[in-house]
Amino acid sequence: MKILIIAEHKNGTLAEATRELFGLSLGQAEIHAVVAGEEVAPLAEPLGQLGAAKVHLVESPALAGGTGESLGQALGQVVPQIGPDVVLAAHTPQGRDLAPRLAATLDAALATDCIQLGCEGETVTARRPIYAGKATAEVEFTDDSLKVITVRPRTAKAPEPDAGRSAEVATVAVELSEQKTALKEIIAGGGERPDVTEAAIIVTGGRSLGSAENFSIIENFADTIGAAVGSSRAAVDAGYRPYRDQVGQTGKVVSPQVYIACGVSGAIQHLAGMRTSKHIVAINTDPEAPIFQLADYGIVGDLFEVVPLLAEAAKNRNGS
Amino acid sequence: MNIFVCIRQVPDTTTRIKLREDGNGIDEADIQWIISPHDELAIEEALQLRDRQPGSTVTVLSAGPERVTDSLRMALAMGADSAVRLDLPGDADSATNARALAAAIGKLGAADIVFVGKEAIDDGAGAVGTMLAVRLGFPSINVVNGIEYGEGSVTCRRDVGGGNIEIIETPLPAVISAQVGLNEPRYATALNIIKAKKKPIDTITADELGITEADRKTRLRNFELPPPKQPCRLIEGSPAEQANELIRVLAEDIQAI
Repeated sequence: MKILIIAEHKNGTLAEATRELFGLSLGQAEIHAVVAGEEVAPLAEPLGQLGAAKVHLVESPALAGGTGESLGQALGQVVPQIGPDVVLAAHTPQGRDLAPRLAATLDAALATDCIQLGCEGETVTARRPIYAGKATAEVEFTDDSLKVITVRPRTAKAPEPDAGRSAEVATVAVELSEQKTALKEIIAGGGERPDVTEAAIIVTGGRSLGSAENFSIIENFADTIGAAVGSSRAAVDAGYRPYRDQVGQTGKVVSPQVYIACGVSGAIQHLAGMRTSKHIVAINTDPEAPIFQLADYGIVGDLFEVVPLLAEAAKNRNGS
Repeated sequence: MNIFVCIRQVPDTTTRIKLREDGNGIDEADIQWIISPHDELAIEEALQLRDRQPGSTVTVLSAGPERVTDSLRMALAMGADSAVRLDLPGDADSATNARALAAAIGKLGAADIVFVGKEAIDDGAGAVGTMLAVRLGFPSINVVNGIEYGEGSVTCRRDVGGGNIEIIETPLPAVISAQVGLNEPRYATALNIIKAKKKPIDTITADELGITEADRKTRLRNFELPPPKQPCRLIEGSPAEQANELIRVLAEDIQAI
């Protein structure tokens, strides 16, 4: 079996979510990687060290300042030339945009946001959440078409690069037609904090924070431990946080290593969006709050009192 | 303008999911069905655009079994001009739904713009809009939370994660997927809900769309509910003791910080 990993990169560095794909149980499959953009050749080395046997470089200036359209078109040409059985991408904003384009262009089977993926011999097994994680289901591939699969970030751990390994490198030419969509501008608005969908730790506040200003308690603690700041729908609806921070079935579905819910009661649609987190911590004054049923660790207490102490304790620990 | 909206009917977000006995689907018995929340934004955007462009019509499409008619009626009650159901099984995959929607749009007239929600909250794949665009040969812009309409083109603000925004322009026709923030969907009034009950909803069969079971590429099976959680370990003590112990757990037991 031949697997082609689509390498996502920014500022000359591979995305962590791409590195993680090499940590999946891919059996004896022959692993290729494709990296598209401008001046991407230096990325062949880290891809080789992660385990790619062959790296395909797709160089085009149009890809650097382009939209998903150009990347979709380029890979639509490149993938049939490489001829993999499976195309793997991370379920990031880029992967989410690309995978359906590619699947429709190549008449491939599509399985997105998988949280388990295994390859053994010629068999691929994938499991994905549905209803935002209220259940999971196995994806059966009903024919032998090419499979395009995206994997949720943090599903596997990225392997340590092996300096002794290197990949064969090939350059693939593409001919991009004139693009219909044009990227006019990128507005950076994220600041220094990680995005909730990619963070290892998320500290989430609920409506009980009472105001947008009070979220500074959550932000301070999050910044101390390098976490993202999440929000319940109620806190977003109340105008305390922007929608992009919303965790839940109608917001973002997240799967961090640690999820710390502060003053979040645990509405079913919120729980659906974070239940696959590895470790869940709940801080709430109400010991009957549904969030405690899902939590691994709980503190029954007032977040206004506890959370600043957590920030202090974390700082002391870092300092010692 | 000939405006199309593709919507998906999904279980209400408060639904407790129960599995079917054979494990290959969910028990639909007590489910309250709604229009997927992002699809309401798509409908709203279509209605606002129609009202600014005299002579425009909004046609709402949904693929699915008979129950989907209720959601199409709700779209009519919100103000859509016509609604069409594509008679496909509820578990048709994204590839099949996209093919069916493209075929239906081809039958119903030249589209100027197609709105979809950024994802349906059942499978959350966010794939059908893009796949539909590929089938129609249209450009697509996904996860859009603001649109400026030009002459034969649109300029969209797109949410790309991490709080970053892309501004992308495209000529029409195009497929646009709606993200929260694009607009505030209106509520259908009780009167309009009653009126919508009398409106006809056309059905196009899979046969008429040229869809067969061979178009299916994937099927979901062996559903599982999340495993039951171990009881929560409550951390006791004074607030300072609780805080110190939790940080110790995060640092030493979980090794997360």
